[in-house]
Amino acid sequence: MNDHSTTAGLSEQGMRVQLRVNGERVDREVLVRQHLVDFLREDLGLTGSHLGCEHGVCGACSVLLDGELVRGCLTLAVQAQGKQVQTIEGLSDSGELAVLQQAFLEHNAMQCGFCTPGMLLTALSLMKEDSEPSRETIRAYISGNYCRCTGYQAIVDAIETAISRSKAQGALS
Amino acid sequence: MNARSELPVQTSDQSKLQNGYIGQSIPRSGAKRLLQGRGTYLDDIRLPRLAHVAFFRSPHAHARIKSLTLDNARKQAGVIAVFNGQDVAAFCSAWVGVLGHLKGIKSAAQHAVAVDRVCWQGEAVAAVIAESRRQAEDALDFIEAEWELLPVVTDMRDALAGHSVIHPELGDNICFHRELKTEGFEAAWASADVVVEKTYRFGRHTGVCNEPRAILADYNPAEHSLTVYHATQAPNMMQDIFSRHLNIPESNIRVICKDVGGSFGIKVHVYPDEMATAALSVMLRRPVKFQADRAESFVTDIHAREHEATVRLACKRDGQIVAFDLEDLTAIGPYSVYPRTSGIEGNQVVNLTGGPYRHLQYRAKLDVVFTNKNVTCQYRAVGHPIAVALTEGIVDEAARSLDMDPAEFRRINLIADDQYPYSFPSGIKFEKLSHHQCLDRLLALMDYEGLRKQQAALREQGVYRGIGLAAMIEVTNPSPAFYGVGGARISAQDGATIRLDPAGMIQVLVSVTEQGQGTEAVFAQIAATAVGVSIDKVRVMTGDTAVTPYGGGTWASRGAGIGGEAVLQAGKALRSNMLDVAAAILQLDKASLDVRHNAVISKLSGELKLEISELGRIAYFRPDTLPMGFQSELTVTRHYTPREYGFTFTNGMQASLVEVDIDTGFVKLLKHWCVEDCGTVINPMLVDEQIRGGIVQGIGGAMLEECLYTDDGQLLNGSMADYLVPMSAEMPDIVVDHVQTPTRSSELGAKGAGEAGTAGAPAAIMNAINDALAPLGANLSTQPFTPERVLQALGKVA
Repeated sequence: MNDHSTTAGLSEQGMRVQLRVNGERVDREVLVRQHLVDFLREDLGLTGSHLGCEHGVCGACSVLLDGELVRGCLTLAVQAQGKQVQTIEGLSDSGELAVLQQAFLEHNAMQCGFCTPGMLLTALSLMKEDSEPSRETIRAYISGNYCRCTGYQAIVDAIETAISRSKAQGALS
Repeated sequence: MNARSELPVQTSDQSKLQNGYIGQSIPRSGAKRLLQGRGTYLDDIRLPRLAHVAFFRSPHAHARIKSLTLDNARKQAGVIAVFNGQDVAAFCSAWVGVLGHLKGIKSAAQHAVAVDRVCWQGEAVAAVIAESRRQAEDALDFIEAEWELLPVVTDMRDALAGHSVIHPELGDNICFHRELKTEGFEAAWASADVVVEKTYRFGRHTGVCNEPRAILADYNPAEHSLTVYHATQAPNMMQDIFSRHLNIPESNIRVICKDVGGSFGIKVHVYPDEMATAALSVMLRRPVKFQADRAESFVTDIHAREHEATVRLACKRDGQIVAFDLEDLTAIGPYSVYPRTSGIEGNQVVNLTGGPYRHLQYRAKLDVVFTNKNVTCQYRAVGHPIAVALTEGIVDEAARSLDMDPAEFRRINLIADDQYPYSFPSGIKFEKLSHHQCLDRLLALMDYEGLRKQQAALREQGVYRGIGLAAMIEVTNPSPAFYGVGGARISAQDGATIRLDPAGMIQVLVSVTEQGQGTEAVFAQIAATAVGVSIDKVRVMTGDTAVTPYGGGTWASRGAGIGGEAVLQAGKALRSNMLDVAAAILQLDKASLDVRHNAVISKLSGELKLEISELGRIAYFRPDTLPMGFQSELTVTRHYTPREYGFTFTNGMQASLVEVDIDTGFVKLLKHWCVEDCGTVINPMLVDEQIRGGIVQGIGGAMLEECLYTDDGQLLNGSMADYLVPMSAEMPDIVVDHVQTPTRSSELGAKGAGEAGTAGAPAAIMNAINDALAPLGANLSTQPFTPERVLQALGKVA
């Protein structure tokens, strides 16, 4: 059996974090070992970010940390100290995902929906980086997001549609 | 190569007029909450006094529990209780996974938590219940176990030989044995000109649902009732099982299935840790949740496949197939899974091998054996990927040996489209299939001739491309012959209740569940069409045994075909009842009225007579204005059971185009095509992507996925970093098209579509790889087709 006497102290150690989550101020005591996605889900009740693999492969827990796409299961809650966290809930309410969500709906680019929040946030991140990605680029960009239900094709179609629509809207405004 | 969907979405104004919403690619309204992260998966549910369970699992594949010390774990922070197998067994009886119609099948009694002995690595040995999952997991480290290691059987041939028997009380390691031979087999075999033979091996793989298994059981001691929130495909089956094994009346058990993050057959079985969770809730008289993590999913979610099969095909010089001969050996882990058994996959391989072809002679032998690995059971396409690969692999070998084009060889042998109904030598019956239409459509769609020319030209440049074809048949809409006749309390019928609400909305309650495939969306389309309302007026609810009619749920590609027919009939009955009310209000002949576009209209003139909301208002709030003695019936229930055929078979044809790098062994999937016939297509957009998803799942098994075990039964790759699943970059674009041969056994005419992609994809890919490597004399027959195996086939590595 392992000797836990030395590690038990650290694993129970807490720390106060102050951050903004979807624009709201959050001030909490968290365990230093707690992951960001667990903090969002368990402490804040933001259950839209999902836990699929807990080691950074499936992408279902993706959130934005100061605008950067991160894995909520590989980021500690304390790493969000002083930062802005955006989740599927906030980005839906703000309308930032609306074009992508509409395209996903039209293309049926989801089935069970478990991967969808992470997929949408990843697509949003691509949209900000590249206004004219090829299908190969889209496929490569979402390669860190696991979907067991679709054949990925509808997702690629939806992202392609959303990016071209958003570009057209940008050109009009 | 990487283009947008090449076929237009199949909507036409004509179908809109004739069939309402059936056949239209309408987006799923229920998807909106999932797109905003506002679904309710099991782990999203919060209840007061919720306790969390974590399981202490066996590190050994086969061992006797000499001692188990739980005291230190009980002292840890947040721990509510710690129980061993005997504690749980007092509240949850053991089970044996056998079925009466699988003659001779046997298995051993299995407990929710191991008692005395463990039979695979990952089997639950103790349960720690704490205020949080974190605290429960932390406490696991304080459980002390002493083990007496027992002999481990991991190889199927060792298991068959039976030198070491896993369950001594069973006498040997054979779970199920089946032999079949048509009369006149030997004489027919002797008449053949050519015999080809090959042995194929299929790796063990697993479902890897994005949402791992989960259950939350909430026992109410005041009522002796149990509410179970469960990520499941079969709520009524689980209600029955909780009732019988926890000794609670069935009517006191409510199973609720909210959003489910993918199932694929993984979530249709009885899992010991889930049964334990339900028992723990009773024991602790409070809600208890078990949410599997990824590591325990790999060692406890059912695995599937792991077959080694030798298939022989005898044919005439002109290519006519005379007979198939099959020997299949498959290993299922230490227990046959309850209640569907682990004999079904092998049984399906026997039933289906050779299925698309019109030979009359068949011999088959199947052995299903126990091993000390995780259990295997029904996973998407159950047996089909094996049977199709065996059939289509050996068909290609036969064509090659006769120097015939594989498409032509298939054309000669496929059962003719006008030969139905047809009885296959294994005993299965086909109502009506369309192999030749599918083959013709596929070859045209992919430009088969053009690809062959391109392939030949590229070979000159040292580029090895291959084209693989695979014909398939698929079991869908199963009748009671699948489980019910064998004694399993699994409903073959499903029901739908439809209610008109006062404001003119239609509420639909169906016993088939939603696992994400869009069941509720197609039910809304059918209901709107049947009643005569616009789809925005329809709400569908599934997955609650206290609310919906009784039924089987979602498995074996049965949701649309069986549940959909129940919805159609209920909708038609409601429409008729609404017209009774309208006739009474309007004092007109019912036969002169119809319901269209949310209103009662005159059939003759199309004139609007009464809005449905007005009909609802009068029926519910002013029935005093209706004739004395008239009672409106605006809630109706209808059920549907497929009876005429054991299964409603579907068929289809897939093709794969690959390029093999003969230096690295990497196979690039350039493109994939599928033409399939699931009868009436209710929503082409949903069906097409479900088929694509199925194909990608088949690609996973063929190219990437394998549960690797050491000789002593340790799973080597129990994480998503080590167990590879298909990700988007490596997947090809997939062209899907349909031939529609509606089943005549229902008015809707829908057959299943959920498993076709997975059934045929591995065979098409295998044939494409072997076609690419044929000029080099290399050939692969062991899945998954890893770069290492490609290089081995090429003789480049040992």
